[in-house]
Amino acid sequence: MLKTLRQIVAVGIATEPPPKAEESLRVRAALHEQILAVLGRALCIRHIDAGSCNGCELEIHALNNPLYNLEGLGVRFVASPRHADLLLVSGPVSKHMEVALRRTHEATPDPKLVVAVGDCACTGGIFGEGYASCGRVSNVIPVDVTVPGCPPSPTRLLEGILAAVARSSANSCTSSA
Amino acid sequence: MALPDWFARSTTLAGAPELYSLTVSLAEWRSAIENLAAAGGRLVALWASGDAINAPTVRAAFLVQRLGLVLCLPLADRQGAYPGIEDLFPAAGRMQRAVADLSGVHATAADRRPWLRHAAWPESFRPLVDPAPPSGAELGIDAYEFVRVEGEGVHEIAVGPVHAGIIEPGHFRFSTVGEKVLKLEERLGYVHKGIERRFTEMPILEGHRLAARVSGDSAVAFSWAYCQALEGITATVIPPRAAWLRALYLELERIANHLGDLGALGNDAGFAFGLVQFSRLKEQLLRANHEALGERYLMNALVPGGTRRDLDRGAASMVRRCLKEIAQEALTLRTIFDEHEGLRDRFTGAGTVAPELAARLGVTGLAGRASGQAFDLRQDLPCDPYVELAPAKCGRTEGDVAARVAVRFDELAESCRLAQHILQKLPPGPHVVPVRAPGDGTIGAGLIEGWRGPVLVALEAGPAGGIRRCHPHDPSWQNWPALEYGILGNIVPDFPLINKSFNLSYSGHDL
Repeated sequence: MLKTLRQIVAVGIATEPPPKAEESLRVRAALHEQILAVLGRALCIRHIDAGSCNGCELEIHALNNPLYNLEGLGVRFVASPRHADLLLVSGPVSKHMEVALRRTHEATPDPKLVVAVGDCACTGGIFGEGYASCGRVSNVIPVDVTVPGCPPSPTRLLEGILAAVARSSANSCTSSA
Repeated sequence: MALPDWFARSTTLAGAPELYSLTVSLAEWRSAIENLAAAGGRLVALWASGDAINAPTVRAAFLVQRLGLVLCLPLADRQGAYPGIEDLFPAAGRMQRAVADLSGVHATAADRRPWLRHAAWPESFRPLVDPAPPSGAELGIDAYEFVRVEGEGVHEIAVGPVHAGIIEPGHFRFSTVGEKVLKLEERLGYVHKGIERRFTEMPILEGHRLAARVSGDSAVAFSWAYCQALEGITATVIPPRAAWLRALYLELERIANHLGDLGALGNDAGFAFGLVQFSRLKEQLLRANHEALGERYLMNALVPGGTRRDLDRGAASMVRRCLKEIAQEALTLRTIFDEHEGLRDRFTGAGTVAPELAARLGVTGLAGRASGQAFDLRQDLPCDPYVELAPAKCGRTEGDVAARVAVRFDELAESCRLAQHILQKLPPGPHVVPVRAPGDGTIGAGLIEGWRGPVLVALEAGPAGGIRRCHPHDPSWQNWPALEYGILGNIVPDFPLINKSFNLSYSGHDL
């Protein structure tokens, strides 16, 4: 126990300041005020791997490490779509995951946001469309924000997640706290 | 015939060292494989080649007595079934079902259920043979026949495909009494996205990029195996510096994955401290990767003929400093893990796969080494520079979660040592040489010990610089069935921990 405590003290707080929301990643502007009114500043994310190579998952995991400390920003991953405000979807959508992705999307209460992460989720990537792949996520469900990269870095992912929930500069002056 | 007779008839296969190829008749197929089984051989992969023009050939790769052998069984037609080998090598069962799904060639096995094919394409369409799927086919949900367990108080728990965490999708069907697991049946194939067919649409000099994305956490292992096959076919000799850099990348990939897994295993046993500490170390390594090589995960680090970038002296010493700190910190954390009663209680005896069972199932790689299967390509069939590096073999015989944790700690330390040695002794010279596209019909195979186990890429060149067939094989194929046994008699709440201790690839398996 003493060793554990000593290690905690020795390491200290490793968390770094978060990046700013990257508004250029936003591809759909709808619903924004309504979503923010409901969600406030806390955000629950449900991750769905719809066919990824698992590279994006490694970087999504990194969001929870002490340097990015996603929970410290009031954002956390939840175990059910019914608890989620935002779906974080990776991979080209494999045809075998198409129904599961649609159902997960339907099970998420409105208003909801969808962030497609990784080149495959944004464009189909190297896998493209084929007999077993539907290609990009927006071919299956509507997407609000796309975060390209193979895989996108945790900083890039954070910028995208924050872009989905940040008040856009265009309507920030009209929004209420 | 005995084993030496089969090898006497074989020819050298381009690519990995000590790899041979032998074409057998339908009558010889089983007897050759019986000999291989009797000699303690290991099945690496089973796949089929052939397309709309060429008749099918079933291929099976084995490792036996520090040699590799690929048996090729040409079939005159697709209608007749070839003799299955799942009684000799249980892991072959699912591979045979996948061959039926993708190439339309069936084995004489009792289990005729599809494996990788769910509802995306009809049985009449053979993705690796037919030019295009029938149009207008309706997508739906298929009814897979799970094996039912009956009896008083038995109930089923269905989990997935979407899991309650940041994990790849798959379906687990538990049959339980109370909390105790009586049976687990896996159903995979959800992330099947047509990788093998996609290869045939790519130039052969570009295929390494797709290989790196078969299983993102094993990008170096797969892209190296691909490049090794291609370089073998084209008789390209890579410069010593390229081989050493590749070995460095492979060890960095192993270190990153072990750091991630050790943290997650602590977390799954209720020790969040472990996750925080190890994920911090992993992040340090990824940042060092980015600074030295321009990417956190080495998805693009290898190219045919060598490596994409060179490593300068300053970057090398920066990586060395990072690895030194990781090795020291990991040692401290190991003591904390070892002395933590709660962790010991959760790890010891959980998810046991005893050595006899592991041998019978053909459990391979890291999980195999934790169950007394002391096999590692880096020692037993080494390619350059592993002959010279001579890594120490790590292993345990208990076969439980604790053993898989211990092997990870041992390998982490050994990989840090190897990487330090490589960075110190990196030979001078070029880091890449040009490679020309090979001639139509030439074949080869690469074999690399990834962090999970042996990764195989079999490659057949097509016309005009294309790919006729490329089969990537992840060791998860062998180890997924072991998880079904490892969980037996354990309680359902221990499944996430046991599953994590194997940490198998879905994407690498589903293709």
